[in-house]
Amino acid sequence: MRLRRETTAAVADPARGIELRGVGHVYGDRVVLADLDLHLTERRIGVVGANGSGKSTFARLLNGLVAPTTGTVLVDGLDTRSCVREVRRRVGFVFQDPDAQIVYPTVAEDVAYGLENQGVPAAERADRVAEVLERYGLAGHADHPAHLLSGGQKQLLAIAGVLVMRPARIVFDEPTTLLDLVNTRRVAQLVEELDQQVVVVTHDLDLLDGFDRVLVIDDGRVVADGPPESSVAAYRSLMVHR
Amino acid sequence: MTLALYVPRASPVHRTPAGWKLLALALLSVLVFAVPTLPVVFGALVAVVVLGLVVARLPAVVLLRQARVVLWWLVALFVLHTVLTDVLDGTLTVIRLLTLVLAAAVVTATTRVTEMVAVIERICRPLEWVGVRPARIGLVIAMALRFIPLISERADRIREAQAARGGSVRGLRGLKATVVPLLIQVLQLAQTVSEALDARGADDVPVRRRGPRAA
Repeated sequence: MRLRRETTAAVADPARGIELRGVGHVYGDRVVLADLDLHLTERRIGVVGANGSGKSTFARLLNGLVAPTTGTVLVDGLDTRSCVREVRRRVGFVFQDPDAQIVYPTVAEDVAYGLENQGVPAAERADRVAEVLERYGLAGHADHPAHLLSGGQKQLLAIAGVLVMRPARIVFDEPTTLLDLVNTRRVAQLVEELDQQVVVVTHDLDLLDGFDRVLVIDDGRVVADGPPESSVAAYRSLMVHR
Repeated sequence: MTLALYVPRASPVHRTPAGWKLLALALLSVLVFAVPTLPVVFGALVAVVVLGLVVARLPAVVLLRQARVVLWWLVALFVLHTVLTDVLDGTLTVIRLLTLVLAAAVVTATTRVTEMVAVIERICRPLEWVGVRPARIGLVIAMALRFIPLISERADRIREAQAARGGSVRGLRGLKATVVPLLIQVLQLAQTVSEALDARGADDVPVRRRGPRAA
């Protein structure tokens, strides 16, 4: 399946990108993230780390789902704390479990949901929903109950529900964890072909082939940051010595 | 378990606005209770079946599935009424209930959830005066239809996991062993769903939303 490139409606400023300035996050007494100073401008960015290392919290910081306890996160210069709605329009988020992301009973209705929130007119909504369902091989399932789809189809539906909103950047939180090999490849291809800036949190190191930059998070801190080869090697070494 | 019963067809029933269908359903309910005679009630049942199977061209299994859900209730009601009053009263009660269940099934199978939700939002619009957002009520209804089957699946998985480890899935102990982990899973799911709603712009929902929805 060859996927066409998605166009973006939200305006992104690649030079400004996503900036984290002195960011830390604490849940109760537990320090989840600390001392993060990053400037994310690359088109493909991977994030790896052990379970509980703070990856998912890191991902949620990028579109304002989680506000930093200390420091500031800026998306195209917009503070995720004070401009959260605008930030969320610019940064789409795909969750690990698609079942938690699909909120309407049928496929087409669910894809339309985000557009309704954006106030997109009904006719345009219908066109965009049909287009995105066609693109991701779900056109024949438009009126099907979402809970009867396969795991791979549910993940595609969850991704379609985000892409239809045409965000300028997309954060994927472990998008292939629940998928088989075929669907993992499908999602990898989809990610590869997106025009948007993409941040992928993953345990699947193969997914990071061809990425521009990979961050390794351990115990709430970035311990390696560079091209995939060096970062993945650092991550493997870290895990071996644990 | 499935609550998303919409069956796509190009029929006049499907094209009828959801509001008219819900109104017809309400009027039918009044009719079968206000005129409790066998010809009227039986005629209503036949009309509903013809409307569903012939006019809307729904598969018979859609109606049968709904009838099966209430089968034991119907049997119990018939026996109860027959014992307490007479067979005619029992027959009337059973046909009346079956008619309404099948009529609701026809409405559900021929109406998209978004259309139904739009009607409910219109009905709830006066509540805006007291600060209620009708769009939120609509979303709650849509989400209930979406998540009831999902939670049912998760309960099945918990029961299977317990059975696989030799646990009891029957009685009060089995119920407790299912309900507690299910409650934890549902709370975790609710947390992620709320994040997903935020990520998809739920906060951007206007107080008043006009016009038909796309789907």
